[in-house]
Amino acid sequence: MQTRFLGAIAVLGLGSAGMASADTVNVFNWSDYITDEVLEQFTEETGITVNYDVYDSNDTLEARLLAGSSGFDVVVPTATFLERQIAAGVYQPLNRDLLPNLENMDPDLMAAAASHDPDNEHAVIYMWGTTGIGYNIDMVAERLGEDFEVDTWDMIFDPEIAGQLADCGISWLDSPTDMFPAAFAWMGMDPQSTDPDDFEAAADMMMEVRDTVRYFHSSQYISDLANGETCVAVGWSGDVLQAADRAEEAGQGVNVWYAIPREGAMQWFDMLGIPADAPNPENAHAFIDFIMRPEISAAITNYVWFPNANAAAFDLVEEDIRTDPAIYPTPEVTETLFTGVTYDSRTDRTVTRLWTRVRTGQ
Amino acid sequence: MNALTRSAPWRGTAWVFGKLGFSGRSLVIAIPMLWLGVFFLAPFFVLGRISLAEAIIARPPFTPLFDRAPDGSLEIFASLENYRFLLEDALYRNAYLSSIRVALVSTIFALLIGYPIAYYIARAPEPKRSILLLMVILPFWTSFLLRVYAWMGFLRSNGVINNMLLSMGVIDSPIQMMQTDFAVYIGIVYTYLPFMILPLYANLTKLDGALLEASSDLGASPMVTFFTITLPLSLPGIVAGSMLVFIPAIGEYVIPALLGGPDTLMIGRVLWDEFFSSRDWPVASAVAIVMLVLVVAPIMWLQSVQNRRGMD
Repeated sequence: MQTRFLGAIAVLGLGSAGMASADTVNVFNWSDYITDEVLEQFTEETGITVNYDVYDSNDTLEARLLAGSSGFDVVVPTATFLERQIAAGVYQPLNRDLLPNLENMDPDLMAAAASHDPDNEHAVIYMWGTTGIGYNIDMVAERLGEDFEVDTWDMIFDPEIAGQLADCGISWLDSPTDMFPAAFAWMGMDPQSTDPDDFEAAADMMMEVRDTVRYFHSSQYISDLANGETCVAVGWSGDVLQAADRAEEAGQGVNVWYAIPREGAMQWFDMLGIPADAPNPENAHAFIDFIMRPEISAAITNYVWFPNANAAAFDLVEEDIRTDPAIYPTPEVTETLFTGVTYDSRTDRTVTRLWTRVRTGQ
Repeated sequence: MNALTRSAPWRGTAWVFGKLGFSGRSLVIAIPMLWLGVFFLAPFFVLGRISLAEAIIARPPFTPLFDRAPDGSLEIFASLENYRFLLEDALYRNAYLSSIRVALVSTIFALLIGYPIAYYIARAPEPKRSILLLMVILPFWTSFLLRVYAWMGFLRSNGVINNMLLSMGVIDSPIQMMQTDFAVYIGIVYTYLPFMILPLYANLTKLDGALLEASSDLGASPMVTFFTITLPLSLPGIVAGSMLVFIPAIGEYVIPALLGGPDTLMIGRVLWDEFFSSRDWPVASAVAIVMLVLVVAPIMWLQSVQNRRGMD
């Protein structure tokens, strides 16, 4: 019955996106998360053409994966999402014989990721980062004073402070799994809480500052911060720093930087995995192994400003990036970071419902 | 029909189908029916079935309709819970109402802008007409998405319009136009305007000039002639154009997603969010079905009214 339904959907063209072919690999990754040169080099060396497509939310990826026959060979879920997708049977175990570069990976970070994927059986870390605040240095100083210390969630959650910043544009990530833990951290609650009452309280708190939010979006803020369209954005570390880089290149006098809030911020891992029904699993392994080469990992970090988990690549990363505490947090800041938790079905439903309420203001 | 079935190549086929109990008429009707069945009814039933399930994190992400109970007997799982949820949650009611409002307002503006354009083109001399029509259709050759992005460039805080007004000294600080309902209206009216103009034009060119002459001979002013002759006769064009704007506008997703803000509540966007953000296919399917009923019911009613009027 079910296969027939899916068959009907596939016939209507809503199903498979990618294609099976001996010399292609279909990669589905986050937007602004790789450099084209890496893809070109991969094709040059292996003869495998890369079909590259992007998304900007774990939910979008999960919706595609759960629909089945996604046609993708390599996908990049965040570890917390990976955990329950593994339980739903979405991924195939990695064949370690095809991944000799696994030895390059940082054992501590891989062990941290293994809490979501025991023994790292299904995925390896692509990049990692933090969820914090991107801000326009001048616009914020103009409204809050030069001495205001920006490394705080007050910037978006304190009605008074956020109210002062609303006119120059505040954006939030359209991602409940990033926003709720941040709200918990600001409210002094356990950021890893799964208690429905805590979610209610956080949603009520966010409803009160909702009017200060210009929009909820998880990738638009990169260009908006860069050209001064908005002045504060809840964002992912490397994305904000890319915005800072673009702003500097444009030379329009826009100065953007990134702060890790002192109340605590989420540290997350994005994982390279292969769907169980990937049309070209061998090419997928070749792609993942290629990414794990030290010089390739370093090239991506140099471009996207997200740290990789490749121990052998660290020295190859440009010095001003590997010594930047906004990218590689200092040990003191690392102490304040927390990791995400995987929500079960019931919690997930509560979270998405409450988030819909916050986002739509209904 | 008779001419068709009697013509030589058709006679043999018609005879075969006649023997089988099919007439040429039913064959001709069968093709659109088949189309409707495959592309409308089948997906509709798939949606209907999913809307009775419950969301789970699995593949596919909803509970199966039939399941083996532990004792081996067949269990059927179907519930109207999702429809009850739609009724109880104010979000959906407000989204439906606000979609209808946005679509209605956009249709009215498209009509107000489109009618004079269609009228002007229909009255223009023959060679000029095709050039004017081409100008209406030409923007379609550019991707719709690109044209919406172009509007983002116009409406942004440091976009073309604000920069122009700022440099002329009309305003001191940029007007916030992006992420507002205003931007959504602009996007929808701009995008669907040709759908209003073309049926109106088709209708207005058929207008018998003798009627207008007669009206003016009998002493009516151009204004009176327009309201008593042209407007009533162009009513079918107005209805057709309005339908072509209203129906897609009600389910519009791309324009409110790109130009609208967090307060722009439209059902197309809610639907997308249910599928991709909440990953709740059953609720999303229920939303889609309710929307279909809401859109199709008034159209069928209008059709029947028109048919009745046609018979009188």
